[in-house]
Amino acid sequence: MRPDDRKYTKAHEWVLLDGDVALFGITDFAVEELCNGNEGDLVYCDLPEEGRTLEAGETFGEIESVKAVADLNAPIGGVVLETNEAIEEHLEILSTDPFKKGWMVKIKPNNKNLDGLLTAGEYEAYVAEKAH
Amino acid sequence: MDTAALQETPLHDVHAALGARMIDFGGWHMPVQYGPILDEVRTVRNACGLFDLGHMGRFHITGPDAIKLVDKVATNFCAKIPVGAIRYALFCLENGNPIDDVLLYREEQDVFIVVNAGNLERDLAHLQKHAEGMDCEVIDQSRELDMLALQGQHSEAILQRLVEDCDLSELKYYRYTWGTLCGIPNVRISRTGYTGEDGFEVYIPPSSSKVVWENLLVQGADLGLKPIGLGARDTLRLEAGMALYGHEIDDNHNPIEAGLSFGIRFAEEKGDWLGREALLAVKADPKKQLIGITTDGKRVPRQGHKLFRGDTEVGYVVSGSVSPTIETNIGTAYVTLGNEEVGTELELDINGKRQACVVAPQPFYSRTRK
Repeated sequence: MRPDDRKYTKAHEWVLLDGDVALFGITDFAVEELCNGNEGDLVYCDLPEEGRTLEAGETFGEIESVKAVADLNAPIGGVVLETNEAIEEHLEILSTDPFKKGWMVKIKPNNKNLDGLLTAGEYEAYVAEKAH
Repeated sequence: MDTAALQETPLHDVHAALGARMIDFGGWHMPVQYGPILDEVRTVRNACGLFDLGHMGRFHITGPDAIKLVDKVATNFCAKIPVGAIRYALFCLENGNPIDDVLLYREEQDVFIVVNAGNLERDLAHLQKHAEGMDCEVIDQSRELDMLALQGQHSEAILQRLVEDCDLSELKYYRYTWGTLCGIPNVRISRTGYTGEDGFEVYIPPSSSKVVWENLLVQGADLGLKPIGLGARDTLRLEAGMALYGHEIDDNHNPIEAGLSFGIRFAEEKGDWLGREALLAVKADPKKQLIGITTDGKRVPRQGHKLFRGDTEVGYVVSGSVSPTIETNIGTAYVTLGNEEVGTELELDINGKRQACVVAPQPFYSRTRK
């Protein structure tokens, strides 16, 4: 079971509210789709500039593996406070710990309503369906 | 992914059991990788790899006019190919642009042709249309004849362990022969491939595919033989400077500007053929050229990225990959003439961000060039 302290999107991002800030990342399923469990297959991760305002659903970056490029989309809107620079040099973090050390962007959300997003249980069911 | 509509090769279940990641490739459910793609590339460069090519199309053109038909629709000069030899060619339309690129296996009277999976239906209709009024028949053998490739420096040693009655060391590059493979008589064996390494392609009944696949993996284990997916195959062919339909060539990209003139024969004796006039015009006055690029930047060139020289847009990328063999990111691109010289410094535009790249000699990798 994936962490139930946060919400998920069908594009395999997660968002975790923590007081006045929120963290975005991508799920283990997204990483698996990109690199099939081979962390060496990830080659690049592009994260946004600090201070940038993101709308919900807006593409804020890209992640690239040997054979594919995927957009990174904001689960909710807000202003970028910080990005996880460790990822850019150590992409393997995304394979080993996508839900904690693998956070990508810290934002100041313009709204903390996560109602439209999937719970961990709903996301599990969605992924299970996709895997068939 | 809705995989129900996809076609499966006779080895589909074998790939699944090996834990391969499967994708839709030209309407087929095919293994893109069994492990890390870059490791699979290295396996083929340093040892040997086994590929399921069941998705590719295989045609047999038979009858007194078989060679005449091929010389009408294909760019190479089929009548001049020695019996037992194989040549690269393209099927072009009148406008000179290809509907596919193919290998022609010349027989005494007939021609055996291997085509790309995604173009099979179009190729077949094209051949059948132009065969009207000719004394020959175009037979799609794709379902009654499966295809495997063994690629890498140990290919000959491994395959010979399973082949009776023919000495593979005597089979030259781009030639084929017939042998008994795993007890199956009359198997077509060609010294061909799409990786830049020495290797073979074999054509077997689908009922024998699993037996041959498994025997090869067992017999080749001590020499490092492993199954290789289509992901590594794409990187291998790109490193070796080989075109892929849908990238370097397609409905809008002619083979002259793609650097494929070695597969085109304008000789008068060949007679007129589809696309000849248009390609002669391109040859006389080309507008652009396919080049190789390397980049030290982190991003991998991808089809569709634009290329700039200073502020001027000069071209676009058609293929790209990480290259474990030359240890940099590589790509192929079309540039307007004047920008093709090796060493020319260009910039990739990747979603508005620039990354330096340089025109590199082709091919990126050659096993014979030191």
